[in-house]
Amino acid sequence: MTDNTLDPEDARNAAREVRKRRLQAFIFVVPLLVFILFAFVAPITTMLYRSIHNPTVANLVPETLTALEDWSGEGIPDDATVIQFVADMKRMANDRTSGQLADEINRALPGMSSVIKSTARSLRRVDDAEIAANGVMLLLEANDRWADTATWQALRDAGPIYSSSYYLTAVDLERAPDGSIGARDVQIYKQLYTKTLKMALIITVLTMLLGYPLAFFMSQASDSLANFLMVFVLLPFWTSLLVRTTAWIALLQAGGVVNSTLIWLGLTDEPLELLYNEFSTILAMTHILLPFMVLPLYAVMRGIDSSFMRAAISMGSTPLGAWYKIYLPMSLPGLSAGALLVFIISIGYYITPALVGGTDGQMISNIIAFHMQVSNNWELAAALGSLLLVLILVLYWLFDRFVGTDNLKLG
Amino acid sequence: MKKHLTLLATAALTASPLMAQDLTVTSFGGAYGAAQMEHMIQPYMDASGVNVLFEDYGGGIAEMKAQVEAGNILWDVVDIEVIDLERACAEGYLEVIDQSMLPAGDDGVAAADDFIPDALANECGVGNIVWSVVFAVNTDNGPGPQNIADFFDVDAFPGNRGLRKRPQVNMEWALIADGVEPEDVYGVLSTEEGQARAFAKLDTIKEDIVWYDSWSQAPVLLNDGGATMVQSANGRIFAAIQDDGAPFEIVWDSHVYDLDVWAIMKGTENVDLAMEFIQSATMTVPLSGMQDVAYGPTRRSAQALLSDDVKANLPTAHLDEGLKADGIFWADYGESLGEKFNEWLLQ
Repeated sequence: MTDNTLDPEDARNAAREVRKRRLQAFIFVVPLLVFILFAFVAPITTMLYRSIHNPTVANLVPETLTALEDWSGEGIPDDATVIQFVADMKRMANDRTSGQLADEINRALPGMSSVIKSTARSLRRVDDAEIAANGVMLLLEANDRWADTATWQALRDAGPIYSSSYYLTAVDLERAPDGSIGARDVQIYKQLYTKTLKMALIITVLTMLLGYPLAFFMSQASDSLANFLMVFVLLPFWTSLLVRTTAWIALLQAGGVVNSTLIWLGLTDEPLELLYNEFSTILAMTHILLPFMVLPLYAVMRGIDSSFMRAAISMGSTPLGAWYKIYLPMSLPGLSAGALLVFIISIGYYITPALVGGTDGQMISNIIAFHMQVSNNWELAAALGSLLLVLILVLYWLFDRFVGTDNLKLG
Repeated sequence: MKKHLTLLATAALTASPLMAQDLTVTSFGGAYGAAQMEHMIQPYMDASGVNVLFEDYGGGIAEMKAQVEAGNILWDVVDIEVIDLERACAEGYLEVIDQSMLPAGDDGVAAADDFIPDALANECGVGNIVWSVVFAVNTDNGPGPQNIADFFDVDAFPGNRGLRKRPQVNMEWALIADGVEPEDVYGVLSTEEGQARAFAKLDTIKEDIVWYDSWSQAPVLLNDGGATMVQSANGRIFAAIQDDGAPFEIVWDSHVYDLDVWAIMKGTENVDLAMEFIQSATMTVPLSGMQDVAYGPTRRSAQALLSDDVKANLPTAHLDEGLKADGIFWADYGESLGEKFNEWLLQ
């Protein structure tokens, strides 16, 4: 055939065929996409949204908030506004929603929770005419904190549905009533982020130091020995995380295996403090995350032809030099993949620090759990979680710039 | 008792003549859950024919908030600590309970007089047990601390102190050990200076504290030598002494006691059935069964059923040495002190 261009009819058919195949391929991934949408995208979007969106106060006292817009921000608001608020309080007392307002205001002014709830309770049975006539007096008599400008400022500032205040809190800042941004009294979240990053980094380096030689040895060993060793890498991997963590407790506790052995050997008289601190957290997490380092490393190292090393040495390189110039760059994709996996997993780790962390082994995930489960400040938990997500994305971007994600190989 | 059960059975049968109904009751599990199963849930199921699904949770109000916000109510009745009840009720996660519907005690005393006042103090709950946070020592270590001041005295009583990692109780103990009268503790603790004072006192033992996260760890720490004295829920130590013969001793000085109550989830379809369950579970005999796990019953008529040597192990016998945990204070300051406490831990 000399003419190798397609006639238009054939070209159309070919294009149709390609489209059909693409559609077929797409249909195959639809279940996965739907799953990702529901199990991943939707929850994360909701979380991101919750960190800036909190309509609680706006839904509870809308008219009061509208009235407060005209307030100068000094003294207490005019009588009409206060009476509106008293009427709102009575309604909330009867709907049993005053606690929700109490929770929100209490965040800005600790101690307000009981003030709001007891005030609401005292207004429950007061009739509307009495409120219209004597509302201001009723409120001021119920508790003297209602005469406080700060109380009304807190109410006004809790009003907006969209707010950046949770993100400010998450980086230890707060907005003063005049709008300026300053440091909070309690400085905790930045410290925890730094500490979490530091611990994740230490754990990553430790898994590298332990995992690299092991993976190298396994890649050089005979198949049967390598498979045998692989079982030892995978066995803990198949054991429940909780079991592995509690096993460390049994090993490290004051009367545990390690301490009794040390005392028996006469190396120490008193049991050492091995548990419930940063040391035990790092130790247990390094152990738990080690397979995530060994597996990609081993997969990559298996593919490296050992003749490259031999060639380098035969041409006069020292073994260390050959390793540095030849083997390390070739195993780098596995090392990067392992490091990235271990680092990212350990940043968000929860159970192990909670169980063996004690005083100084806690990480940012533990404070997020505190706000989810104990303080019920889900908005702040969402903001802290979102920041963690952003932090991980930034680190991933840096990694991509300096190491390159094409230099990443899981096997 | 028998009369009540028959009444309940009739009520339940007339309410649901056709199908066996399910009621989901949620509590804390463990030995405590087992005692509730034996003395409250099984008798109720036998008498009423209702099938009770008994579930566990870890306390707090997060799960209730999630269910009510999502409009998907999974629980009907929940066992809740009074320290959380205050918030759960005021935020609208619980139904209001008509306390006049509670049956009289077996001795005929009306419910309002039979229950101890704290048990009916909140309109959303009916008291179930009185439990307490105490500290316990291992008697193998020789004479140990006798009061809370000793607990904070590391020179006289060296060794690790096991404390639960949260501000509750620890802040109260620090102030009492620092000389604050128990009745003034919460007043002092609501001021900045008072909080600083409590943290300063905790600083004196900070190096010797072993922190833990769940009550189940407390007897373990005491047993394996991780700590020479631990803070614990009294029932956990009692169980270790009673069942395992552990050489522990409970120190009742300045214990912080609280109640657990039964409450009904807001918006559940089984409100009537839930109320029936609570009526049944808080009668004299079921309540007296809580002695199995060393928690004090909330009815006087149930306390009267206990033998003297059992009574001595219950928080109800030591109320004058203790301090009532203040749910209203912790609703006010739980979050801000929680943050400050975490900040202090990091220092």
